Amino acid sequence: MKLLLENAHIEGIRYYEAYRKHGGYRSVEKALKMTPDEIVEEVKKSGLRGRGGAGFPTGMKWSFLAKPEGVPRHLVCNADESEPGTFKDRYLMEFLPHLLIEGLIVSSFALGSNATYIYIRGEYAWIPDILEQAIAEAKNNGWLGKNIQNSGFDCEIYVQRGGGAYICGEETALIESLEGKRGNPRIKPPFPAVQGLWMRPTVVNNVETLAAVVPIINMGGEEYGKLGVGRSTGTKLMSACGNLNKPGVYEIPFDLTVEEFIFSDEYCGGIPNGKRLKACIPGGSSVPILPANLLLKDAKGNTRQMNYESLAEGGFATGSMLGSGGFIVLDEDQCVVRHTMSLARFYNHESCGQCSPCREGTGWMYKILKSIEYGKGRMEDIDLLWDIQRRIEGNTICPLGDAAAWPVAAAIRHFRDEFEWHVLHPEEAQTRNYGLAHYADPREVVAG
Amino acid sequence: MSIQFSQEKLDKVKEIIARYPEGKQKSALIPLLHLAQEEFGGWLDVPVMDYVASLLHILPIEVYEVATFYTMFNMKPVGKYVLEVCRTGPCMLRGSDQIIDHIKTKLSIKEGETSADGLFTLKPAECLGACGYAPMMQLGKHFRENLTVEKVDTLLEELKANAKN
Repeated sequence: MKLLLENAHIEGIRYYEAYRKHGGYRSVEKALKMTPDEIVEEVKKSGLRGRGGAGFPTGMKWSFLAKPEGVPRHLVCNADESEPGTFKDRYLMEFLPHLLIEGLIVSSFALGSNATYIYIRGEYAWIPDILEQAIAEAKNNGWLGKNIQNSGFDCEIYVQRGGGAYICGEETALIESLEGKRGNPRIKPPFPAVQGLWMRPTVVNNVETLAAVVPIINMGGEEYGKLGVGRSTGTKLMSACGNLNKPGVYEIPFDLTVEEFIFSDEYCGGIPNGKRLKACIPGGSSVPILPANLLLKDAKGNTRQMNYESLAEGGFATGSMLGSGGFIVLDEDQCVVRHTMSLARFYNHESCGQCSPCREGTGWMYKILKSIEYGKGRMEDIDLLWDIQRRIEGNTICPLGDAAAWPVAAAIRHFRDEFEWHVLHPEEAQTRNYGLAHYADPREVVAG
Repeated sequence: MSIQFSQEKLDKVKEIIARYPEGKQKSALIPLLHLAQEEFGGWLDVPVMDYVASLLHILPIEVYEVATFYTMFNMKPVGKYVLEVCRTGPCMLRGSDQIIDHIKTKLSIKEGETSADGLFTLKPAECLGACGYAPMMQLGKHFRENLTVEKVDTLLEELKANAKN
């Protein structure tokens, strides 16, 4: 069942007329007849969890918003989608801009935000035009501006482009950037819900999260909460990439198995050129990489499903995370050392430089991975890498430190033999990849 | 070159500043830097940043510290076309290394350099959010996706021809 992309195929759905004709803005009509607190209650009942990666319950986040007398409050939409492997918000904004605007209006009403901002990553340079067009259409039809649909509620939505910094996806860095500063994360507390944008109470939510408010209001929080598995309610947008026949954005039910997602024709259609599955990072580059044998089934032998709990089964020892839904697949020809090196370079490039464990540590991890990859590694470098990542994790103001540490830790945890092979066979490693080794296609392993 | 936005751009500046509450005009800094970079030759020279500071009534240092933080702002001159080829994991899995190597050879430049004719700058980029359509590059406002060596060749030829017109 599709809740977000159901109408994505309809011609002209990017524009108001078609969008409205297919049921658009119904949730605003309904919401304006409710009280803001009732809307927050519906979102709580839905069990919706933040789709940006952290998975924090949205209704609870909303209920933390401070409401001091006479101080304006703001809703900020986090459209800084920068986690490698993730491109779902881009798809939503590009093809269903009105769905986001509709969700923003309802959420702004619920939170009392008269000026709502969409902070979009600077590289999505053509999307602000699409969003601004949708905003203008919504305004012309009385869904934005003063006294929306005679409700007495005023709301404006503004779009701001960032400047190309991954760190601005972290909510306090995003707020700093929105204030015209460097994207240095703030120390919490105070949390944005108390002192956020311009030190005013602020809620920052991901694009997909805010779009999901539309079906929640339309169908009711309780009904929405019935979809899914356990604490993974509703549906999820996945960005599938890497070695797949049909990479792209898919809306999935949470009870879908990982195997079905990768191999069925309805979704990713398997791996090109008959190659076998080696590994996968299921939730954006920050989450632990899993070898194929731990991906399709967890360590207890249960079939893994595409939801928060199932992907996390086994903790970091044998599990991973759903994260932002950036699903990166590696086939048998890929080199885990090289891939990890590329991610380490990314985090080193994107560290804001504020905390020394992250600023220095990400640089060291990249340098060491590079020397191993290029045949200059020493056996003790593998333990050194492990040691560095351990000293970054948990020792920084924001989660970028953890995000940089986890991929390295998981790569060593599950693929240590591949690192060792690089060290022991520096010349051979320049000419060929390690291949599948013992991380054989799990379907064969399981069958055997 | 005198550093002054056209009237049309000045109106845009005013509109952008109006999005933020009174006294919070500094919030318009990043949008204004984008405008300035487009308007004044694809990079931000010191006088350009000083001009932006004057428009927002903030100190020049407040502009420098922001401009140098964000990778989209170029701190030195660039070619007419900046080829920002993504090289992060998901693009790497689909051959971004080969695309970057091909451009280097074809244009006889290294990463970060500009071709002798001043047309192309190769600026390897970190994840641009097009992982499902990899390998890819950003060219100006838009993405070029599902790249192949052949597609890159065609693109370079097209751009060379455009530059002549």
